[in-house]
Amino acid sequence: MAAPVTLTMKDLQSPVEPTWCPGCGDFGILNAVKRAMIQLKLPPHQVIYFSGIGCGSKLPDYVRANGFNSLHGRPVPLAQGFRLAHHDMKVVVVDGDGDSYGIGGNHWLHIMRRNPDITHIVQDNMVYGLTKGQYAPTSMKGYVSTTSPEGTIEYPVNPIAIALAAGATFVARGFSGDPKHLADLIAKGMEHKGYALIDVFQPCVIFNRVNTYDWFRERVYKLEDEPGYDPHDLNKAWEKAHEWGERIPIGLFYVNEETPTLEEQIPALAQKPLYQQDIPPPVEMLEGLKEIFV
Amino acid sequence: MVKNNCTIKLGGEAGQGVESSGMGFAKAIARAGLYIFGVQDYMSRIRGGHNWYQIRVHTRPLYAHETSVHLLLAFDERTVHDHSAELVKGGGVLYDDGLKVDQSSLSAMDLIPMPMPLLKIAEEVGGNKLMMNTAAVAAAAGICEFDLSYVEQVIRDNFGRRKGSEIADRNIRVANHAYEEARKRYAHLFEWKLEPIPGAPRRMVINGNQALGLGTLAAGCKMVSGYPMTPASTLLEFLAGQARKFGLVVRQTEDEISGILHCIGAAHAGVRAMSCTSGGGFSLMVESLSLAGSTETPVVIVLAQRPGPATGLPTRTGQEDLLFALHAGHGEFPRAVLAPGTIEQCFYHMARAFNIAEKYQMPVIVMTDNFLANSIRSVEKEAFDFAAIARSIDRGALILPHEEDKVTQATAEGYRRYELTENGISLRIPPGHPNAVYSVAGEEHTPEGFIDWEETAHNRNLMMNKRMKKLTLCAEEDMGVYEFYGPEDAETTLLCWGSSYGPVREAVDVLNSNGMRVNMLHFVDIHPLHWDAVGEVLDRCHTVVAVEGNFSAQFSRWLTMNTGRRPDAKITRFDGRPLNPDFIAAELHKALIRV
Ligand SMILES: Cc1ncc(C[n+]2csc(CCOP(=O)(O)OP(=O)(O)O)c2C)c(N)n1
Ligand code: SF4
Ligand SMILES: [Mg+2]
Repeated sequence: MAAPVTLTMKDLQSPVEPTWCPGCGDFGILNAVKRAMIQLKLPPHQVIYFSGIGCGSKLPDYVRANGFNSLHGRPVPLAQGFRLAHHDMKVVVVDGDGDSYGIGGNHWLHIMRRNPDITHIVQDNMVYGLTKGQYAPTSMKGYVSTTSPEGTIEYPVNPIAIALAAGATFVARGFSGDPKHLADLIAKGMEHKGYALIDVFQPCVIFNRVNTYDWFRERVYKLEDEPGYDPHDLNKAWEKAHEWGERIPIGLFYVNEETPTLEEQIPALAQKPLYQQDIPPPVEMLEGLKEIFV
Repeated sequence: MVKNNCTIKLGGEAGQGVESSGMGFAKAIARAGLYIFGVQDYMSRIRGGHNWYQIRVHTRPLYAHETSVHLLLAFDERTVHDHSAELVKGGGVLYDDGLKVDQSSLSAMDLIPMPMPLLKIAEEVGGNKLMMNTAAVAAAAGICEFDLSYVEQVIRDNFGRRKGSEIADRNIRVANHAYEEARKRYAHLFEWKLEPIPGAPRRMVINGNQALGLGTLAAGCKMVSGYPMTPASTLLEFLAGQARKFGLVVRQTEDEISGILHCIGAAHAGVRAMSCTSGGGFSLMVESLSLAGSTETPVVIVLAQRPGPATGLPTRTGQEDLLFALHAGHGEFPRAVLAPGTIEQCFYHMARAFNIAEKYQMPVIVMTDNFLANSIRSVEKEAFDFAAIARSIDRGALILPHEEDKVTQATAEGYRRYELTENGISLRIPPGHPNAVYSVAGEEHTPEGFIDWEETAHNRNLMMNKRMKKLTLCAEEDMGVYEFYGPEDAETTLLCWGSSYGPVREAVDVLNSNGMRVNMLHFVDIHPLHWDAVGEVLDRCHTVVAVEGNFSAQFSRWLTMNTGRRPDAKITRFDGRPLNPDFIAAELHKALIRV
């Protein structure tokens, strides 16, 4: 099962045509995901994408790799179970802002404090696309939608700040309008030993008429272009996480390579992946259990 | 004198050591070669309140407790007040002489008050009032003239086997003192005695959750994930304790949704996986159960029931979730439901659940309840045949991605995860091999596993039929475990399922010894079943009375729904207390009058 020497876009072509609206930001994410695989020479059988339910969550069918389209908000625990059973597979979650910042928010908080080696790409279009335009947890205050006709009265979730507070060891934000930069972030996230969040500004050209490509282009700037910005500095990252308005940072906010992964701390995984381990355990060993009860 | 046939009950506040003392005494009695059945009752609080532990002893295997008590060990006044009425005439009430107990009213009930200076012995002989429990158990042993060495063994096990272990030695001194004192004072007044059976084999003292744990390990389950909930927590805890030794991954997840999804994820990778919970947690799992059905992922869920609705009676027992388990999940998808009734059945059917799950690539729900999960019995060691389980392991149409040659051969002409086959079962190759790269979906999907975005009627029909027909084969090849107990030509058949096995079986013995002709028909397998065959079984019975731990006789409804047969009467119990032989016998008389 050696990796092929070269991998091209063609190798990653799925027979399924995307059903996204023309111009949707999800195309940029799909493109970036494929580029990242090529950059890392990751053959399709060594990657699995777990998604939720939403427009962006259709992605697994559109890239030739393993995939699992699950339930709204549930890919995160599913991916953890898979990863613990098969820890030499690259495990990636791709889901919507509704999935992980809304209905699956609790799972998201807990994956961050566990630090499994999973890359998490959130398609942050600040709206519910698939269900036709209701507001999302990341919608800006006052956002007018079908379920908030007078504008939302809630403050939006700040994914970057929450991730930093929850102990995520790799926290980044990309923009689907810049797939090259995004591909680089995703590749870095995949290489990171531990949980990596890549929140992605993903314009929904149908329902979100506020946060458009132009809106983002006018505001985003890259942290790596900031003189002296060091992503190992948690305090600096915290400060940048709250920058919103005229200027909005993208890039790598924070990384910490010191924290052990979840997998590394589980004795059963020290030798080989769980799925390769022989079952059942030796009968003599099982017989020994009876002594507990006599 | 009555030898080796009695019930001893311990009662007190939470935190007084009622359960640990009861367990210790039960173990000592079992080691003497006697059969025990232990049942507990506790409140949802950590201190205070009222808990009890009841040990029934006999020379034959026991399957249930009985309501009459012979010796009551009261750790507090409330125990005397609440439980004296359960004592038979001539029964004893043992308590610390510091408690305020009205001896004359006990005597008026033909009971024997047995005050003992337990606290004083603990303090003066052991130097620690915490040793009062040791004194109490030893005093009970003295009253029954039970060989104290068995109690001493258990003390050594609990406080350190090494000779010269300070605490163990002091406890043993306390035990000897209390034993002699109680024997001198009361043994000659008390009719019930415990006598070791020479040469009896060493038996295991084990409860339902522990037996499920052994079955889980024997089946080669490698991923266990769940969220604590009574009465399932002790199963999760037992397996967590074995994780390092047996190379298990055991995860306490953030909630039950995550618990079952961890299992589905692991099973998707080709690992046997199990989650355990009670009704409330199972409610949270329901959407994901449907996902397992859709994606044909084998997972095993233990549903240890307790009474609802909502938080219900969290520390009590009930069989209220049968129809829920059968129908849980949106949409229609195949599943199996098993309900073991005894400790041995917990072991075997737990292991069997993993085979069924993998063979049919579907979720399997194993149902128990607080009564079965926590009641202990003495069981022969040979009853747990690990070698037989190992031989029976059947992973179905599974090829793991690292089995190079097999994968290469099986995928020579390509691979489709949901290939349409005659029996509905498709080859399962978990992700990881270049010849089997695919995507699966909770959305209706094509044989390749892709989401069918057109939502075509044609594909839908193919896939629904494919999934659902697995049940036909399963019912024929792998299901149909039921058991008759008692005379074949019985006039009355007690129909039951799951944990009712023990109480109903014992009720059958009681009723037949009183001149009736009654038998039991117990089902472990609930779904899928070959219903024509079940109908024929029911037709062989005369008067059928359903016995269940719920309000609406759910299993009986399930039978009626599938066979058109309707039991003639029902006995239900939904007060959170376990069924027992006396209750069933008494209710049967009323039920038969109504027939
Ligand atoms: C339990 C459940 N509730 C609601 C839905 C309906 N639903 C499907 S996708 C979605 C929201 C999609 O928004 P998001 O996650 O942001 O993804 P997007 O479509 O914007 O990419 C909702 C509410 C569902 N599928 N499951
Ligand atoms: S609705 Fe929005 S998010 Fe969904 S595909 Fe269309 S543009 Fe993309
Ligand atoms: Mg969205």
